[in-house]
Amino acid sequence: MKIIEMRGITKRFASLVANDHVDFDLERGEIHALLGENGAGKTTLMRILYGLYRPDEGEIRVEGRPVTIHAPKDAIALGIGMVTQHFALVPTLTVAENVVLGFNEGFRLDRQRIAEEVAEAARRFGLEIDPAVQVGHLSVGQRQRVEILKALYRHARVLILDEPTAVLTPQEVEALFATLRRLQHEGLSVIFITHKLAEVMAITDRVTVLRDGKAIATVRTASTNEEALARMMVGRESFGVRRETSARRGEPLLRMEGISAVDDRGLPALKRVSLTIHSGEILGIAGVGGNGQHELAEVLSGLRRPTEGRLLVEGRDMTGASPAELNAAGVGRIPEDRHEGIVGELSVADNMALETLPRFVKKGRLDRQAIIAHARRLIEQFQIKARPTDRAKTLSGGNMQKLLLARVLSRKPKVVIAPQPTRGLDIGATDYVRSQLLAQRERGAGVLLISEDLDEILALSDRIAVIYEGEIVGILPAQEADVERLGLMMAGAAREEVLP
Amino acid sequence: MEFIVSLLTATLRVATSILLAAIGETYAERAGVLNLGIEGTMFFGAFVGFYVADLTGSLWIGLAVAVLSGIIAGLLMALFSVTLGVNQHVSGLGLTLLLSGLALFAFRLKYGGRSTPPSIEPFPLLSPFRGIPILETLGEQYLLTYITFLVIVPLAWWLLYHTDFGLKVRAVGENPEAVDAAGVDVYRIRYLALVIAGGLMAAGGAFLSLAQLGAFTHGIVSGRGWVAIALVIFGNWDPFKVTLGSLIFGGTFALQLRLQAMGLQLPIPYETFLALPYLVTIAALVIAGRNAAYPAALLKPYRRE
Repeated sequence: MKIIEMRGITKRFASLVANDHVDFDLERGEIHALLGENGAGKTTLMRILYGLYRPDEGEIRVEGRPVTIHAPKDAIALGIGMVTQHFALVPTLTVAENVVLGFNEGFRLDRQRIAEEVAEAARRFGLEIDPAVQVGHLSVGQRQRVEILKALYRHARVLILDEPTAVLTPQEVEALFATLRRLQHEGLSVIFITHKLAEVMAITDRVTVLRDGKAIATVRTASTNEEALARMMVGRESFGVRRETSARRGEPLLRMEGISAVDDRGLPALKRVSLTIHSGEILGIAGVGGNGQHELAEVLSGLRRPTEGRLLVEGRDMTGASPAELNAAGVGRIPEDRHEGIVGELSVADNMALETLPRFVKKGRLDRQAIIAHARRLIEQFQIKARPTDRAKTLSGGNMQKLLLARVLSRKPKVVIAPQPTRGLDIGATDYVRSQLLAQRERGAGVLLISEDLDEILALSDRIAVIYEGEIVGILPAQEADVERLGLMMAGAAREEVLP
Repeated sequence: MEFIVSLLTATLRVATSILLAAIGETYAERAGVLNLGIEGTMFFGAFVGFYVADLTGSLWIGLAVAVLSGIIAGLLMALFSVTLGVNQHVSGLGLTLLLSGLALFAFRLKYGGRSTPPSIEPFPLLSPFRGIPILETLGEQYLLTYITFLVIVPLAWWLLYHTDFGLKVRAVGENPEAVDAAGVDVYRIRYLALVIAGGLMAAGGAFLSLAQLGAFTHGIVSGRGWVAIALVIFGNWDPFKVTLGSLIFGGTFALQLRLQAMGLQLPIPYETFLALPYLVTIAALVIAGRNAAYPAALLKPYRRE
């Protein structure tokens, strides 16, 4: 019995076809993966099912009946619930208030009654959570539980999860999977959006693969394997860039000694962090997002002043130095947010010259020809698909990242700070960025790689430091690290002797 | 003692109009819309209330029509800032310019040629506690003041924190995506909040012309709308704390009037006293506003991606 059937769904955004005549169906009581790269159209398809987008063409049937879904309200009435990637929760409200929002009976909001009802529902579905707590105080894993509870409270029989594991530790992922298996036994059908092959194999019954907006195939998980799925997903056989040689670790380049810093709200974000980056190595920083990584990168690039501790570059005390001074001392930073590092309205050539403008000044005026020539060289060297005169904001994410890499790396910095350098990039661009980082290491630079992607950390790093609540809870040589060990440290459950 | 009691009495009176407007602004901002049309809406409400009362001879009809005009102003603000997604600073200031101009224009048309400003018989003062010391003076207030402090403020608080509608208002100002995903119409909630806001702002304006002054003048509102916005921030978007802020402003205002009336021979100009309430507002805002937790979706028009 098919609970959901989507036939010939097409959705266009201006010239982009996000979904191109996609067919998808969901059996009652199955966990069905929707697999594909970023931009393959997975989320678009599900936003259509949940009423957040309207399809340009196509038909949706729920239990065999054709339906029109104009808004989430209609989807909820049909028993469809969705947990979006950015949680649809109000941090200032309590768990109970979030759960009943839009689903409260009567005009009065009886706090005690809703707290009891929500607690009772939480028990029934095995999603233990205190209904009186403000959502803003919950961890990411707990927030996700609130989202699932919210959908089930609205009598969802179909649950859509959009990249539910992206923000979780490996242990939280296990807990989520256990919950899903239990709910599946109670008759819930689940659509699981992901681009992680291991998860597909671990939890799902069937897989539908999307590529470039088209449904490539639907297969039983039991009758396929990761390699076959990867081929369908990317349309080629590629498996990432890895470090092949072992480190030829040289002298220390950059040293942090007991550095502490506060975040934008004035709360402690880094607690006595001591790290050393050597020439010829990649030091990976693993950790769940929001544990101080952002502040760490900012301190190292001079954007945030540490409250205590010292920052040494090649033995010279550079504590509190400005970004320009650190730049001059040979610390290059790839901006964490691509859009922050680029001025979208300016041309590609101007963006490439931005950090070294004095080089292009002749008699008090900018030498346009030199800027264009410089851009041409970098475009060729870094294989950027753009012309020097294109406006930077017209570039794709991958090409924007290449532009930033070109700007930083062309100056051959001694230390490269790379916070989340492949976030949101497709496989091709990701491989390119990773190979560039490895090339820097070969050249003898020290690279600090901050990433939430454990596979990336394991593939590239020579040493791996784990950050948890602003503290370095351990540093492991790459050959001693594995997902499980790092996962426990990332969750704050284990510590390793910290060797600076 | 007598000085303090009369000061408190005047405080309540002065605070009423600004409190009504500030409660209205609280609703608008809680729903995620900064309504800078507040100053114009108060001015317009003051004029409409005065004009209709003058025309019909009924203060209550004047007040009702003034509230209605505020509701329409709120709908206009909603049309621009919610439906059309116009920048809230632009649409709000535009609304204030439009309504102030309109009110002044109509005032000129109707009362233009006179040498003395027109006036009406204002709402009477009630004195329910005759014979009881202190309370006799303190209780000598307009019915609208009683309604504002004893009905509207508690009701606004109850509606915000203890009803389904209030939950949606609070949610829509923090994370409209969540409200939309929960199957609630974001625009509907913002429209309703702006309608409530507009009605209360106009009532605050009408209180000035129909009760406090019994007349309409060009400077009748004189920045009270802007002060109300500051008080909302000072009060952390909570009706009771906003009330406290209004009392501080009202108290300082009443105090400076008395200081002026004392005729003290001071080496400073009397305008210094006039500026006092505004200075106190700024000071209170600087102190309390540092930790202000603005509604997260304030100023952001909601659009599904």
